[in-house]
Amino acid sequence: MNDFLRNILRFVVFISIQVYVLNRLHLHQFIIPYIYYLFILWLPFSVSRIVLLLTGFLTGLTLDYFSMQIGVHAAACTLIAYIRPFIINVLAPKDSNEFNYREPSAKAMGWPPYLLYVLILTVLHHTYMTFLQWLQFGSFLEFFIKVIYTTGISMLLIITAELLFPRKLKFRTNTA
Amino acid sequence: MRNIFLFIRRYFTFFTFLILQVVALWFMISYNRFHRAKFLGMANEMTGFFNKQYNKVEDYISLNEENRRVHKFNDSLLNLLPRNFMKRDTGMEIIKAPGSYDTTGQYRRYYSRPATVIYNTVNATKNYIQISRGSNQGIKDNMAVISSDGYVVGVVVNVSANFSQVMSLLHVQSTVSVSLKKTGDFGTVEWDGKDPRFLLLKKIPKTVDIQLGDTVLTSSVSFNFPPGYMVGTISDKKLDNTTGMYLLKVKTAANFYNLQQVHVIENTEREEQLQLFDDTKKKIEEIKKGPR
Repeated sequence: MNDFLRNILRFVVFISIQVYVLNRLHLHQFIIPYIYYLFILWLPFSVSRIVLLLTGFLTGLTLDYFSMQIGVHAAACTLIAYIRPFIINVLAPKDSNEFNYREPSAKAMGWPPYLLYVLILTVLHHTYMTFLQWLQFGSFLEFFIKVIYTTGISMLLIITAELLFPRKLKFRTNTA
Repeated sequence: MRNIFLFIRRYFTFFTFLILQVVALWFMISYNRFHRAKFLGMANEMTGFFNKQYNKVEDYISLNEENRRVHKFNDSLLNLLPRNFMKRDTGMEIIKAPGSYDTTGQYRRYYSRPATVIYNTVNATKNYIQISRGSNQGIKDNMAVISSDGYVVGVVVNVSANFSQVMSLLHVQSTVSVSLKKTGDFGTVEWDGKDPRFLLLKKIPKTVDIQLGDTVLTSSVSFNFPPGYMVGTISDKKLDNTTGMYLLKVKTAANFYNLQQVHVIENTEREEQLQLFDDTKKKIEEIKKGPR
């Protein structure tokens, strides 16, 4: 299965889980689990920055139309799609001989840098998204608590997903 | 000139990022203001299609509960049938046949259509319900939506050809005009975006005698809602001393967690009522301006 097909499949799976499972779950008004943006975090290293931005925007917009909060997720996803290459540049190992993985994963980057990568983008996504929602309605304390709780539960979900579904190690080789 | 092109090419990614951000924010602002999103018609049909497929599976799970509610509501309607009421045989009167009722000048003002809920959330601050009936099937904006057991659910805010979006009572912009069943005092019901089991009832003065458990109904002065449908029961009361009004918590009568079938109710005279309302405003303005 090539990268394009695999990512289309992932897109469908992540959006359906977000729309039909997580959005319907009612835990608490502050604790809303999010996982769909893991799709953007898992895109291959080789994707160009423009394509990354457009993919992020479309992912967010799709979720927007399902959850009827037009623009909110699209803005947050575009932000993390824009920031992602910078963080990968800082965190990924520089040695190009060792570095031959296709996409960001705990195996490719090592657990601590990978978790840092996920955490930074999660915090950015939730802060920006909650900020946009807060502009429309809510108080500052609510905004603050919501970002912390939502980040916590999203990190928990992402680590669980990472441990439950280890992606196959795909090497970038000349022969393939 | 060349430098400008070089500059643009150098920061092309950044500009793309900025443009996408602006587009997203523009979508957000225009939707919040008018409940009209860009490309909503097409998107509504698409999400409607997927939600419908998912709903087919989901409906089986809560079928029992839904059946019980419908049966209960049917039973209450059965009790209203004219053949339940008869006269004692003491007089010389003949029992009126059912159907001879409406000759006394009554007319139909509200019209109900059934619809299926295909998507519904309770965990956002702005909750919308998607139903599988659109403008092709006679749905228009501002129609009232009632749950299968006869409790208030929300108002239609947007329609596409085959699907509609309903603003649920659990939406921070929703306001419904209500009255207390016992005393008849008018107030408005809103939601603070916190607990989806409770709504807020405002504008009830402290002179009104209120007990916990009192029933809150839709009022007779609403353009959207037919009067007498239950919104909820009062579960908590506090007195706001600065305004002399009650701060009341209302427990919702409709169960928003498992909505399945709803009734969409049309007020056939809404246009005329609104027209009269606006005309009156204009007329009063003219009187103010004119000589006295």
